[in-house]
Amino acid sequence: MEKFETHVHDVIVIGAGGAGLRAAIEASAQGASVGLVCKSLLGKAHTVMAEGGVAAALGNVDSKDGWKTHFHDTMHGGKLLNNWRMAQLHAQEAPERVRELEHWGALFDRTKEGNINQRAFGGHTWKRLAHVGDRTGLEMIRTLQDRGIHTGVDVYMECTITHLIKDGDRISGAFGYWRESGRFVLFQAKAIILATGGIGKAYKVTSNSWEYTGDGHALAYEAGADLIDMEFVQFHPTGMVWPPSVKGILVTEAVRGEGGILTNREGERFMEKYDPERMELSTRDVVARSIYTEVQEGRGSPHGGAFLDISHRGAEYVKKKLPSMYHQFKEFAEIDITKEPMEVFPTTHYVMGGVRVDPETEQTTVNGLFACGEVAGGMHGANRLGGNSLSDLLVFGKRAGAGAAEYANKIKDNQLKVNDGDINNAVKEMLTPFENSEGENPYTVHQGLQDAMGDFVGVFRTKDKLHEGIEEINVLKERASQLKIEGSRMFNPGWHLCKDLKSMLIISEAIARCAHQREESRGAHSRVDFPKYNDEVWGTVNSVISKDSSGDMNLGTSPLPQMPEELKKIVEGGYK
Amino acid sequence: MSVAKLRIYRGDAEGGQEVEYEVPVDEGMVVLDAIHFVQANYDGDLAVRWNCKAAKCGSCSAEINGMPKLTCKTRLDSLPLDKPVTVYPLKTFPIMKDLVTDVSWNYEVRKKIPPFKYAEDTDWKMQQVDVERSQEFRKCIECFLCQDVCHVLRNHNKKNEFFGPRMMIKIAELEMHPLDIEDRKEMLREAAGVGYCNITKCCTDVCPEEIHITDNAIIPLKERVADTYFDPLQWILNKVKGN
Ligand SMILES: Cc1cc2nc3c(=O)[nH]c(=O)nc-3n(C[C@H](O)[C@H](O)[C@H](O)COP(=O)(O)OP(=O)(O)OC[C@H]3O[C@@H](n4cnc5c(N)ncnc54)[C@H](O)[C@@H]3O)c2cc1C
Ligand code: SF4
Ligand code: SF4
Ligand code: FES
Repeated sequence: MEKFETHVHDVIVIGAGGAGLRAAIEASAQGASVGLVCKSLLGKAHTVMAEGGVAAALGNVDSKDGWKTHFHDTMHGGKLLNNWRMAQLHAQEAPERVRELEHWGALFDRTKEGNINQRAFGGHTWKRLAHVGDRTGLEMIRTLQDRGIHTGVDVYMECTITHLIKDGDRISGAFGYWRESGRFVLFQAKAIILATGGIGKAYKVTSNSWEYTGDGHALAYEAGADLIDMEFVQFHPTGMVWPPSVKGILVTEAVRGEGGILTNREGERFMEKYDPERMELSTRDVVARSIYTEVQEGRGSPHGGAFLDISHRGAEYVKKKLPSMYHQFKEFAEIDITKEPMEVFPTTHYVMGGVRVDPETEQTTVNGLFACGEVAGGMHGANRLGGNSLSDLLVFGKRAGAGAAEYANKIKDNQLKVNDGDINNAVKEMLTPFENSEGENPYTVHQGLQDAMGDFVGVFRTKDKLHEGIEEINVLKERASQLKIEGSRMFNPGWHLCKDLKSMLIISEAIARCAHQREESRGAHSRVDFPKYNDEVWGTVNSVISKDSSGDMNLGTSPLPQMPEELKKIVEGGYK
Repeated sequence: MSVAKLRIYRGDAEGGQEVEYEVPVDEGMVVLDAIHFVQANYDGDLAVRWNCKAAKCGSCSAEINGMPKLTCKTRLDSLPLDKPVTVYPLKTFPIMKDLVTDVSWNYEVRKKIPPFKYAEDTDWKMQQVDVERSQEFRKCIECFLCQDVCHVLRNHNKKNEFFGPRMMIKIAELEMHPLDIEDRKEMLREAAGVGYCNITKCCTDVCPEEIHITDNAIIPLKERVADTYFDPLQWILNKVKGN
């Protein structure tokens, strides 16, 4: 077998977005030796692209706000499918996590009184999103990055983890390759935290980058952990539609938060029909379906979207509050949003489903394996509110870091084994595409998957379409079992895609099968054949995916955790 | 549909050459789209970095027709397409493969800059006008185009003596943070080598975030250093105060 390098840490964090960085900082603060591994350069993770803001009931603008209202809003946004305890911890701890960022050097926009300013967002009762113009994610990741590099975390950039290694029922390591050289690398660790983000690249029209191939979901699944709620994929209502080159790129909800108005080709403010009370600031699932319906029924804009107009706020205000949107449209679409409306259409954005975790420690159903951020499930239920992801990363990143460090610190001397056979299999699997004398181009199979997910597992779903989608995914799995690539192992994107594709196929199958199983409409999951909520049957369970002993995908449900009475009152009380 | 010719540099530390590809041009297409077309249709192993494809992450820097730019922000219709478009890796950093260079030096340097430090009794009130100065620099997406174009690094390879414009604005951002109490002046003068900058403003010209690197960061930093170290009056005052 070829030689590979080995690094030993107490805790390995996979992923250097907001969740991974926050976890690494905490684990390190708890005395663990921490390695942080990521596919891109440090600071380039998805978190850097977040625009609108981070939700926290600071009460700086609307003093009536508090954790209870935030909890209430989050549960209703998630159509009550959220893990109540996660939603509670999130609402309670988010303000402290945001203030902490300020202590680490973040510079949020200010109110007149000199406090952190907050803006309105869909589904939030009060003005709640702390922000920096429309580049909040950049502010957050830089702050965490600075903190991380000055607290003794070892960073391994441009390194992709392909396999988790177990000793019996415990995690003992992670195996992967350096993107630059293609050489393999082993990380031995007592605990591993997955913070790998989402799955958007399984779809063609998406706001997500090449990194979002569901690696963490797939790694957890392969290691025997449960995935929950995978049918819930958020289609953000406003992606760019024109020109083709930028189709799917995000138009931040902050545009609507700052007063943006949606109209159809007839000039009608159509949200009046779908949610007269909240209008443009309804939850994302509702706004996405409304735009989709308008276009389907022939009232779309010239390039098949809806118009979104912010020009009435005046050029100076728009440029100040939404500078990157202004530039994005000017440079990519030659549209001046201070004068003309944008054209928007739903784009695949976020996955609510993910690895099942313990709310307090973020441990998965596998010993020593933790998960936080977008890759973890439960927090957002059937639909995530805007701004609740950045806060989720901070709250549960910190908790995962503490949970993993506590777990690792209990293992005094690391006797956990890494089995040679497992490594051999991993190496063999990775090198097959170079050895195949015949096989398909991974790019072609990837395009096939993206088409299938868009056509059969998109915004509106039916039993028949989902069935077709599952069949198509099976065909694609077959095709992906024999891939062939050119070139060497040095920085070879075609080779990288071969393994990414496998992850995407696992999560695509999970999404399609969960969607097929859930015969109701709830949040981001819209079944044309079952257009209503079915609270009795489906309002009480999460969908669960796991790998069974014969290696097949097992699909089932598990009852929602019981919410304590006092929290039920908050949820039911229309709490304000 | 018209066709663009791209001449992309392909090679590694051992050497390489331009390879020409023909790519169909779609409306609004950017250079990164053309590179992706090449990957999917001709050479799957063509190495390039990218993430956001929306000019927000600073991953996709390259030299297009000799100009340091973000490939995801450079539209093909902004280039003369009657000639081939050349795409080269950043010259200031060692090549790894094709368009990917080794930018790790920037991360090493960054670690040397002392982080934000606040006083015990800070009340965390700040006014918008006061945070805006630093906010300008915090827009930096770390594309390193300014580092690439700065002649001190590019032509004179003074990487051991000068941190470069990106790190100057990093220092400026901390120094101008309304609540920061750290003193980075000695580092600026010594390790960071602010004196090497001779204000050519090439860095400012290429910055995709339109940060006024020279006027708003480097010049004020130079002034601060000068005040402390060379101003005779300041020197005498310091003596009197016993600092
Ligand atoms: C354009 C856009 C705007 C958004 N705006 C907002 C907003 O305003 N407010 C809000 O709350 N949310 C917003 N979101 C959502 C939010 O940004 C993301 O959900 C969040 O940043 C995810 O963070 P994370 O830490 O979980 O993962 P990420 O930040 O995506 O990081 C994932 C990390 O995992 C690494 N990784 C993945 N797979 C592997 C592997 N196999 N091996 C090694 N490393 C791996 C990656 O390299 C990366 O470092 C937005 C999202 C997008 C796309
Ligand atoms: S102004 Fe200074 S830092 Fe900028 S390019 Fe010129 S010499 Fe380099
Ligand atoms: S200052 Fe501008 S050019 Fe330099 S790295 Fe930052 S964004 Fe890029
Ligand atoms: S891909 Fe992010 S800046 Fe170009």
